[in-house]
Amino acid sequence: MSTSVTLIAGLAVVTAAIKAAGPIVLGGRELPPQFLGVISLLAPALLAALVVTATLTDGKQIAVGDQTAGVIAGGLVAWRTGSIIGCVVIAAAVTAGLRAM
Amino acid sequence: MTATVETASPRARFRKGVRLGVPFAVAGFLVAVTFGIVARDAGLSAVAAIVMSLIVFAGSAQFAAIAILGAGGGVAAAIGAGALMNSRFLMMGVALAPSLPGRWPWRAAQGQTVVDASWALAARGDGTFDRWLLFGSTSVQYLTWSIGTILGALGGGALGDTDKLGLDAIYPAFFIALLVSEARSGRARGAAAIGAVVALALVPVAPAGIPVLAASVGALLGLSRRARAEAEEAGS
Repeated sequence: MSTSVTLIAGLAVVTAAIKAAGPIVLGGRELPPQFLGVISLLAPALLAALVVTATLTDGKQIAVGDQTAGVIAGGLVAWRTGSIIGCVVIAAAVTAGLRAM
Repeated sequence: MTATVETASPRARFRKGVRLGVPFAVAGFLVAVTFGIVARDAGLSAVAAIVMSLIVFAGSAQFAAIAILGAGGGVAAAIGAGALMNSRFLMMGVALAPSLPGRWPWRAAQGQTVVDASWALAARGDGTFDRWLLFGSTSVQYLTWSIGTILGALGGGALGDTDKLGLDAIYPAFFIALLVSEARSGRARGAAAIGAVVALALVPVAPAGIPVLAASVGALLGLSRRARAEAEEAGS
């Protein structure tokens, strides 16, 4: 139980500090346009990294599996229809289908 | 509070955020159910899993920490992995900072509302953010993240083997849907491609979380292309 308490408290404090750092240090300031140009591209860069690390690796090395095919199928649904829910449902369904075979 | 020129009222923008956040909240609900189940499997009590979701509210960090704990790693390693996983929020907070008014404690509090989907939705595309839209979108996602974890932690056993249901594909699919909605311009697709390559290259050599943080360099494309466009404008 004490392990859980330490883990939860530690994660909560660390997460809050990380989220607070930028707004505390840089809040309310005008930033140069070049900086804003970079900021506007952070989301696609970070999201793409999250997608590939979650689908094309096992955390240690490059690895593909049933889940990879499922996520690609979901990505196609998101791209063609714009539906987020469709995307996640298809991704799970395709992955489950491949595992059932 | 500083006065900013906005076309819609805070209330309308908050509502818009809730509306735009609902699909992500539904998807996040499924991710949260999975988290509740995985956390129990890793040895956490149902109460611990639920409390973690309520006060940490950061999916990728929670999954990373639980994975390390489940694999027999120490608490410090689990917290460290979660922190690295969350390091992208540092960049998101830096981006958001100029759009947050008020004194520093108030800005720090507003910064807590950053989660991936809300942050991406609140970005106006010009480097500024609609903070009320951010708050609205996060509030509905917090609600479903909490409820999903409760259901997963207390009733997940009824689902059986979650791998068979493909639930592990839901979390990356959630991010791919966000990416598709973000990658509209050629510049954005370029940044995404660089971020993906950098992250993949670092996975075998860097600790978990670092590859995603390092992918931020893809955003530097904003600098070079912008500089080039400005040079062309100046030259014509």
